[in-house]
Amino acid sequence: MNRFLWPLGIFVVLAGFLFAGLYLNPREVPSPLIGKPVPAFSAPQLADPGKTFSPADMKGKVWLVNVWASWCVSCRQEHPLLVELGKSGVVPMIGLHYKDERDAGLKWLAQHGDPYLLSAHDRDGRVAIDFGVYGTPETFIVDKAGVIRYKHTGPLTPEKLRDDILPRVKQLEAAT
Amino acid sequence: MSRPLHRLLMPALVALLLPWGALHADEAASVATDPVLEARVQKLGEELRCLVCQNQNIADSHADLALDLKKQLREQIAAGRTDDEIKSYMVERYGDFVLYRPPLKATTVLLWAGPFVLLGAVAFALLRRLRTRAARAAAANTLSADEHARARALLNGEEKQV
Repeated sequence: MNRFLWPLGIFVVLAGFLFAGLYLNPREVPSPLIGKPVPAFSAPQLADPGKTFSPADMKGKVWLVNVWASWCVSCRQEHPLLVELGKSGVVPMIGLHYKDERDAGLKWLAQHGDPYLLSAHDRDGRVAIDFGVYGTPETFIVDKAGVIRYKHTGPLTPEKLRDDILPRVKQLEAAT
Repeated sequence: MSRPLHRLLMPALVALLLPWGALHADEAASVATDPVLEARVQKLGEELRCLVCQNQNIADSHADLALDLKKQLREQIAAGRTDDEIKSYMVERYGDFVLYRPPLKATTVLLWAGPFVLLGAVAFALLRRLRTRAARAAAANTLSADEHARARALLNGEEKQV
């Protein structure tokens, strides 16, 4: 009897692991940047290339970084949500315009709405590498001290925004 | 009829394609500059995972991000950084997941030791099983006087089998 139970037991355990694996998202790579200071950079602003943006400009505020591009299909998917968030004025959001032409980006914002306080233009994707970006869109929460607190890879959903992003923002804003 | 036309068109087609090749030569050019550097880029790239296409390393991948990261490798090697420095640069940004050979630490002990633990457990179980089987076989070999008599009778064909 034991002889037949053993393989069955092993099979059940293995099947259990494989089944659980079906619901894991391999694209969700935990970011080592959480709890680290936001990478220091200086990039030209999308709308006004004469000016630059640097994370130091946001010191003392809780803010979001959203990595986007006009060629990014999932960015379009999340964009209405971001526009709504931008209108609500709950939290300032900086766009990181990733590996894209200036004109294409400006046109895209004109067409779909611009929820960003401003967008930094990362033409060659170098800033994004410092952020560990591997799939657009990506959204980061940065606290008042300039420390990255949270990262979301992939398009934001209303649930994600409501349950994960906004409560964290509120909590960080309450902190001194 | 169509053949001469085809012959006429062929050089035109080649002429059309040539500038396309030239346009894409910038990547090839940076590969050709320094074979020693490129060999190091290739070797390092094989140890780093492309996060866009997760089952490929960045040496093999042609994803945009992989090309950018290869550019990073090239620049950092040219700047005289060691392989370990470059790897920790990648890990700082993308986490241990970027390494095809994960480092040995508390969270990865099971990963590294698991196969050996499993092998040890199976070897132990097998050994025990063989021993009990041998013991059982040895025990089974000792027949009582009655059984000996019956066996002899069987061998001599005095007792009919069922």
